[in-house]
Amino acid sequence: MAKAQKKRAIPEDHGENSRSGKYVLRLYVTGMTSNSTRAIHNLKNYCEEYLPNHYELEIIDIYQHPHLAKEQQIIAAPTLVKKLPLPLRKLVGDLSTKEKVLFGLDLQPKL
Amino acid sequence: MRQRKRGRRPIAAIEKCPTGIQGLDDITLGGLPKGRSTLVCGGAGSGKTMLATEFLVRGIMQYQEPGVFMGFEETVEELVENVAAIGFDLQKLIARKKLAMDYVYIERAQIEETGQYDLEGLFVRLNEAIQAVGAKRVVLDTIEALFAGLSNAGILRAELRRLFRWLKDKGVTAVITGESGGESQLTRHGLEEYISDCVIFLDHRVEEQVPTRRLRIIKYRGTSHGMNEYPFLFDQQGITVVPITSIKLDAPAPVDRISSGIPQLDTMLGGKGYYRGSTILVTGSAGSGKTSLAAHFVDAACRRGEKALYCSTEESSAQILRDMNSIGINLKRWQNKGLLHFQCIRPTALGLEMYLSKVYKALRDFQPQVMIMDAVTSFHGAGSLANAQAMLMRVVDFTKMQGITGLFISLANTAGDLENGIGISSFTDTWLLLRNLESSGERNRGLYILKSRGMAHSNQIREFRLTARGIQLANVYLGPSGVLTGSERALLEAKEKAATQAHHEEIKRLQSNLEFKRQAMESRIAAQRAEFAADAADFHTAIWRDEQLKKDERTLKTDLAKLRSGNSK
Repeated sequence: MAKAQKKRAIPEDHGENSRSGKYVLRLYVTGMTSNSTRAIHNLKNYCEEYLPNHYELEIIDIYQHPHLAKEQQIIAAPTLVKKLPLPLRKLVGDLSTKEKVLFGLDLQPKL
Repeated sequence: MRQRKRGRRPIAAIEKCPTGIQGLDDITLGGLPKGRSTLVCGGAGSGKTMLATEFLVRGIMQYQEPGVFMGFEETVEELVENVAAIGFDLQKLIARKKLAMDYVYIERAQIEETGQYDLEGLFVRLNEAIQAVGAKRVVLDTIEALFAGLSNAGILRAELRRLFRWLKDKGVTAVITGESGGESQLTRHGLEEYISDCVIFLDHRVEEQVPTRRLRIIKYRGTSHGMNEYPFLFDQQGITVVPITSIKLDAPAPVDRISSGIPQLDTMLGGKGYYRGSTILVTGSAGSGKTSLAAHFVDAACRRGEKALYCSTEESSAQILRDMNSIGINLKRWQNKGLLHFQCIRPTALGLEMYLSKVYKALRDFQPQVMIMDAVTSFHGAGSLANAQAMLMRVVDFTKMQGITGLFISLANTAGDLENGIGISSFTDTWLLLRNLESSGERNRGLYILKSRGMAHSNQIREFRLTARGIQLANVYLGPSGVLTGSERALLEAKEKAATQAHHEEIKRLQSNLEFKRQAMESRIAAQRAEFAADAADFHTAIWRDEQLKKDERTLKTDLAKLRSGNSK
């Protein structure tokens, strides 16, 4: 497992973000399906709540960029990929289960 | 789409997509269902991936149908390496844009499920790959890996169902592999529920220390197919499946005859030899000359310019060549010319199925007109008797269908064993028995035809000898206690020879006697003729003298008269 993560993390140099501890997120969606829009909506809410000004989010439509699905090993949609901070993690689904999303992003829920 | 199709062609038969895999298209009567999905399931190492890969590669190479390979277990590099061993160059096919490969990597630890999702990512990737090469064939190997990566079985099942329908709509012929699971299910997650057009089961099991791969078609909707378990093997040319016995007995029966290589034996077989495409069984005890008989047959076939396959289970080709050379049959030259091919493998080393798969393959590749199996009895060691019989029946069936004349050698250990012939005698056409005839303290070889279907044949036991010029069938000598062989025959031959000799001498004697008499007679005639000639000469002399005397007398009388008249004057 560790090996696999390493393999994926090493070739990419996120430079500044890596050092500053900024979150680098990619959300892969499939057009404007209900799952997609829900995921986008949910993600934006979490980010604003937990990572204000501390994240970099890119939303990618794999219908438009099918080769990215192959490159990034996307199977399910929507998939949120947390590239940084390590470890790399994939959050599959519309991000509606808040605890799981926060766990997946290594964030502690605010008390 | 299916509905529409049905409406248009209500009774159209299922279209088949040939796999190009040797034997598989035979048992599926043409291939996999075209435009549909086929489930290939089996345990670990049963050859699922190989079969799926060969389906794609053959599709590209033989049927100009590009393919997509989506792997869930092996990376592209690993797969390329693995199938390079069976002679497939996937890199080349990828470079030529005939094959698209996608490795789907799922790491459970990286994945967190956070709500509703679908597998659209997979669909997008598959679609991308299909479009990139214009694929007609798709392989998903092994899609059940998804169940290990994602935990929401409900979503997965729904999505898989959607995927297979989607593939069908795409019109691609798909092969889906699945790991077999437990007793009740063919696959671990019940893929057979979704893919129901065609299910192929691969098995790899060990019986009596010999592993054998087997293939079985569990179901094939809308078409008939072979029901048995078929052995198959991998080698440098991919997979070969051996169809068991053909369902129908519809082998052709050629009427032309071919020589056994021994003129006297041909004479015994109605004067013309064996039927082409027939099956000949040669049973004999140890050292009775079975291999020599086969060598003659091979030699005769090669002389006609035909190809012969010699499957030896006990001797190496070098040994056979040497031994046959000693009786004056030079098989080496046919081997050099490429007309004779040896396959010397011990069935016990491979297992029966594997061995016969190899034979089957050799028959297909080499395309001989004649084949020798020396000796079928060693099949016992490689499996049970029933198995051995079933296997031989397959070979016999195959050779008959292909019009190959097969000569099977069977070793009989005891006299009772002789007419046993490992139970294949019933499906052989001609059965030659070689036996050791023991009498007056010696052992001689005897040959007789136990049966020969569809031709007049001799019922005599002939003695045969292995000479420096091959097998010679001796003439038949019947003694008071049956056929005479060996020294008894030699003795009788000598006696007859002596009798003939005496007869000849008698004639000669009489002839010379007659000659002598003729000569004596002639000399007597000559003597008498001489005597007669002498007598005749005497007679003539006498007459002449008589005339002389008369003449003298007349002269004298005249002289006297003259004298008398002269005096009176």
